[in-house]
This record gives sequence, structure tokens and C-alpha cells, in this order.
Amino acid sequence: MTQTELTILDCGEPKSVRGAFDGESLFLAPDELEKALGWQLKPEGLCRDAVCVPVADRTALVREGSIDLTRFAECIGRPLVSEPAAAAAALGESAAARSQKLRSLDAPDFTLPDLNGKQHSLSDFRGKKVLLVAYASW
Amino acid sequence: MPTVVWIDEQGKVVRPPDVAYGNNDFIEFHGLDCAPHLEALERWVRDDQLPFDPQDVGKKVRPPTEEEQLARTEFALAWHLHQTGSKDAAKAHFLRAAEIAPFDWTVRRAALPILGIDPMMSQEFFDMFEELRAAGGTKYHED
Repeated sequence: MTQTELTILDCGEPKSVRGAFDGESLFLAPDELEKALGWQLKPEGLCRDAVCVPVADRTALVREGSIDLTRFAECIGRPLVSEPAAAAAALGESAAARSQKLRSLDAPDFTLPDLNGKQHSLSDFRGKKVLLVAYASW
Repeated sequence: MPTVVWIDEQGKVVRPPDVAYGNNDFIEFHGLDCAPHLEALERWVRDDQLPFDPQDVGKKVRPPTEEEQLARTEFALAWHLHQTGSKDAAKAHFLRAAEIAPFDWTVRRAALPILGIDPMMSQEFFDMFEELRAAGGTKYHED
């Protein structure tokens, strides 16, 4: 497999990494997986920070020393899609993780410019009631 | 579809995302009277009257399905491809996202202007709208 520069979107955040496509399957060396996505393959399974996910079939996950990202995504329960011709892939958020965030009712912070270019963060308004209106000005 | 979220002084959502309008200019199209929301908003601002019991707010958030999360991932890849010049590949992934989550209004309508289709007055938009309505629509607001 020929190694090349790839872009992986990790929940929308682009990460540059070296890897190889074999058909629709994307393979990363373990150190590239850790660099791009923060996951390590350890004896106890796939681990990131304090979280380890058991790997039932390690031979399906690792081929010729590289990690099959499709199998990796299945192991950690996240959606993965790819576009080999553009050397790009996207790893989304699982329904369970998104549900957990939604049900926490914590409004996620964000920063956007106003019409004059001044940046405003949601957290700037802590201590006040906020009516957030979102719409598309087609 | 203007979407409103109410967030309290501690940064907690007290009314989850919901469709609400500031006036009734398009009521024949969407059927939502603006008055109940505006009146509830005034009660919250003036009198701290919450629209829902805090214990029930979390139950009003509809969890996404695996298909919807997959569609959003396809959409994210499509948008990246579009921005980086791979327009044909982007189109294929936008269409794939719509196939996976055919009743996700956001995924389908947001792709229209990116694909060069008028999201307000085109036949494609009206066809999509009728398809969603015939299927029972997607519930985006609290009754």
C-alpha cells in the first residue's frame, strides 16, 4: 500500500495524517492513529486517555502492521466515511455520544463574529438569560 | 425555519431547539402562530417562569439515530470536499447523506444552495417539501 498525505475530519476538525487507501479501506500506522486521533492500540484494547475499548478480533483490525480505520471505527462505535480519490475521510460522532451531550442540557460554547467583525462567545453572556435564534438567510 | 433555544443564566438549556417565528408573515406556509412562543418568552424574561419542568426538559430532546449521525458525517465530508475543490465527489456525498437520512430537513435543504439549487423557490425544493409532508414531516417544534 502506498503511503500518502490524507485528511481525516475528526468530528469536523481536519487532521493531517499519513496513511494508505486499499480500495475503500483506509489504513494508518499505529503512531499516525495516535497522532491524528489520540487512540493507541494496547494489549487491553484501543485506548484514549482513561478509556479502553476491548478489541474482539485483533487480526481484523491490524493488517501488515497498519490499523484498518473501518474496523477501528466499528470498535469505538463511530461512523466513518471516506473519499479515496480525494484522500479524505470523516469520523463522526456516535449517536450515543451525541445523545449524552444533548441530554446534559449544557449549552456548548461557540464564538461567532457580529456584522462589524467583533467576536462574541456564548459564555460572554453567562449570568444573563439568552434567547438564541438561528436561521438561514437563503 | 428559525430555530430558537432558551439558555438560562448558568448556561443550561431550559427550552431545547424549537421552531418559532417572530411574526405571522408566513403562517400559511408553516402553520405556526408566533403568539404562544412570544408570550412564553415574556413570562420567562419578566417572571422567571420556565416553559417546562426542569426535570422534563431532557426528555424533550430527541436523540439522534445512528443513520442521522452517519448522514451528518457524510455531510461533513461533503462540505470538506466542496471547500477543497472536489465538487463532483462532494455532490456524491451530499446525495448519499440525503439517502441515508431522507427526512432530515437540515441535511437535505442545507445541501441545496451548495449544489447550486435555490433552497426557497426551486422545483427541487418544493418536491422535497412535498415528499417530507407526505411522509408526515419532521417534527421540529413543541405543540
